[in-house]
Amino acid sequence: MAFDSLSDRLQYALKKVTGRGKLSENDIETMMREVRLSLLEADVNFKVVKEFTNEVKAKALGEKVFKSLTPGQQVVKIVHEELKKIMGDEAESLTFKVQGITIFMMVGLNGAGKTTHAGKLALYCRKKYNKKPLMVAADVYRPAAIDQLVTIGKQLNIPTFELGTNFSPVEIVEKALQFAKDNHHDLVIIDTAGRFHVNEELMLELENLKAVAKPDEILLTVDAMTGQDAVNVALSFHEKLNVSGVVLTKLDGDTRGGAALSIRRVTGVPIKFMGLGEKLDQLEVFHPERMADRILGMGDVLTLIEKAQDAIDEEEAERMAKKFKNATFDYNDFLKQIKQIKRLGNLKGFLKLIPGLGSQLKNIDIDENKFNYIVAMISSMTEQERKNPDLINSSRKHRIARGSGRDISEVNQMTKQFEEMRQMMRKMMNMSPREMERMMNNMNQPGGMRPGTNVSQSKGKGKNRGRRAPWQ
Amino acid sequence: MGIFNNIKKMFNKNKGQMSQEEIDVLEKAEKYKKGMEKTRGSMATRLKTLFDSYSTINEALFDELEEIFIMADIGVNTVLELVDSLRADVRMRSVNDLNEFQSIIIDKIFEIYVKDEVVNTNLNLSDDGLTVLLFVGVNGVGKTTSIGKVAHKLKAEGKKVMMAAGDTFRAGAIDQLKIWAERVGCECITKPEGSDPASVMYEAIQKAKNENVDVLLCDTAGRLQTKVNLMKELEKVHRVISREVPNAPHDTLLVIDATTGQNGMNQAKAFTEATNVSGIVLTKIDGTAKGGIVLAIRNELGVPIKFVTMGEKITDLEYFDIEQYIFGLFSDLFE
Ligand SMILES: Nc1nc2c(ncn2[C@@H]2O[C@H](COP(=O)(O)OP(=O)(O)OP(=O)(O)O)[C@@H](O)[C@H]2O)c(=O)[nH]1
Ligand SMILES: [Mg+2]
Repeated sequence: MAFDSLSDRLQYALKKVTGRGKLSENDIETMMREVRLSLLEADVNFKVVKEFTNEVKAKALGEKVFKSLTPGQQVVKIVHEELKKIMGDEAESLTFKVQGITIFMMVGLNGAGKTTHAGKLALYCRKKYNKKPLMVAADVYRPAAIDQLVTIGKQLNIPTFELGTNFSPVEIVEKALQFAKDNHHDLVIIDTAGRFHVNEELMLELENLKAVAKPDEILLTVDAMTGQDAVNVALSFHEKLNVSGVVLTKLDGDTRGGAALSIRRVTGVPIKFMGLGEKLDQLEVFHPERMADRILGMGDVLTLIEKAQDAIDEEEAERMAKKFKNATFDYNDFLKQIKQIKRLGNLKGFLKLIPGLGSQLKNIDIDENKFNYIVAMISSMTEQERKNPDLINSSRKHRIARGSGRDISEVNQMTKQFEEMRQMMRKMMNMSPREMERMMNNMNQPGGMRPGTNVSQSKGKGKNRGRRAPWQ
Repeated sequence: MGIFNNIKKMFNKNKGQMSQEEIDVLEKAEKYKKGMEKTRGSMATRLKTLFDSYSTINEALFDELEEIFIMADIGVNTVLELVDSLRADVRMRSVNDLNEFQSIIIDKIFEIYVKDEVVNTNLNLSDDGLTVLLFVGVNGVGKTTSIGKVAHKLKAEGKKVMMAAGDTFRAGAIDQLKIWAERVGCECITKPEGSDPASVMYEAIQKAKNENVDVLLCDTAGRLQTKVNLMKELEKVHRVISREVPNAPHDTLLVIDATTGQNGMNQAKAFTEATNVSGIVLTKIDGTAKGGIVLAIRNELGVPIKFVTMGEKITDLEYFDIEQYIFGLFSDLFE
């Protein structure tokens, strides 16, 4: 069974867990297994995973369960918070000399992206810090490595210092530093050859380069697709060179990038930048939080869990549930709900929070703008109409349409959908868990929702094709 | 394990007593062993200490085994499958001898790879006329270098080889391949940077046909498998090649870096979909990474590994041999 995200995994695991609503030690055990597999699938180093899950477990045992969250969400929340803690709050920035020439040195395994990122960083520093960079071609081993850097330099209109392949890297760097001084460069970025951390001879070469260049930053460039070995690589480079930052490359693919977590945890070296493509402007300052989400494979759901805690008043939520159940839900409640949802920012994300619904909603498109129209229409109702939706007849609808500046068909649609929603909610609230599951399974079948669930469906065209939520 | 015993015996044999065939096997084994020295280190040491510290086969031992396999980047699913089937075996055959258990582990890894098939790791060379090999993969895995090495090997086997510089995108890529062609001593067909790669292939094929070349090796730009347009471009390259030469490309080789983690599976899936990958080149096994994801790829997608590379020299490439590979991973256990 393949899962896209930790929350999917936990949803699945929770089916096996009895006693919803409370986290028993047993539940936590079950869920920790899923957390562990999820992190391993994301390429987090297994030792790091082990320590991490133990910490989360201890944390989860002591924690009070929020009423607004399911146990699965509760665990996701703890996992996420702990991940964020490791990744750090903010990206750490580059170190520049106050006076004189700042020197960066790019190091890493073969093919990690050093040369490309030397170029990207040169461009970034010129733009952001108004620097006058010089790039230095010190990879004298790989065929055409120098051409590659020179070509990049031409593309960016940034000078590249090279002496061909007949000088040693140390000589090249010495001469480059002199050249930089003579030509008033204030930033030198040295591209070095790719090498294995276990190649002693080549690692020694880097130590010598470091001694000559006295770099302000040694940036270990790591391919985000790296597996379990990332820890060994980072530890060796760090041990030999005292690396000051990591550039994580090729994050434009679909790798979960667990290497980021392993490296940060094991070496403590901050990840400073992320590479997001082959083009030279595809470089971004590292976002620890985004990375934490990515490793969990869950996009922005997590932030919503956090927001949900703030935005949803627990008592209010319970009152609302009761109203659903008894079908006394009226337009005032509807309005309140919409406002709450809007406060959450993103409806789709919010819906994911409904237990069991999250994984079903992936392909549903929701136009958030529609909410504003609905709010306008409800605001044009009288208090009586809001309290008693059955009052709203054709002539009242026309008045509401005029008052809100919407078309009569939109008012019709909204009232119809309100009715459907009221029905559906009442049904759901009175369902046994098994019935609920059956309904969800029906919804998940190709062709969309089944009749009898009172959920209307329409197919959009082009971009918006897909299932739609009942209120559209 | 019979095969291992044979290799083991050979290591203890005096070279004078060996047949040429035996010497070849031995040399290859030594190359693997050397190439995988770093790789092997931690894995074998851990297995060894693992077995030293257990006197019976129990759950804790299985858990630790699971970790060791995960550490080798064998995909999570495959590892779970592997360990479950080890458990079942131990139970069924009521194994309690640790030595016997060790050989069961090796057997199981073999099974995962071999899958009761005769695995064809040889290249699918055409008997008469031109053979085309297409190299594909994500950025930075070593496609260009592998082409240089494979070309060198084929030339040494008496083939007339030619290269096509299909990476018209990355700065310096064309020059890089040209340097390899010089080293090998073969022709390299290029077009200016930015040209349509399919047109490079077309031209190279015409030239190769005219000059009675045996094997044409085609380089392509690295691309992440999620880039729809770039994958389409690759499909087009593939299409042009198969249109121009019957049954071509005879092999489409997906190059995977041994340091790659679970993303290797996504790579294999997407590239297979676009270009019908027939084999894998596993590169950089001279580091500490084990490249175990290729076992998962073989297990889940059936794609075999055809070559491994273990260094930057032109001779640092070998036909893949599962016995040697596993021997390289575990050889300390057998000495
Ligand atoms: N998609 C993507 N490709 C990248 C990124 N960074 C680098 N690349 C590509 O990865 C490949 C290797 O990049 P290089 O910059 O040559 O890597 P390197 O570390 O200098 O390689 P060696 O010098 O051979 O060790 C090239 O094809 C780059 O275009 C990135 O962030 N995203
Ligand atoms: Mg480079």
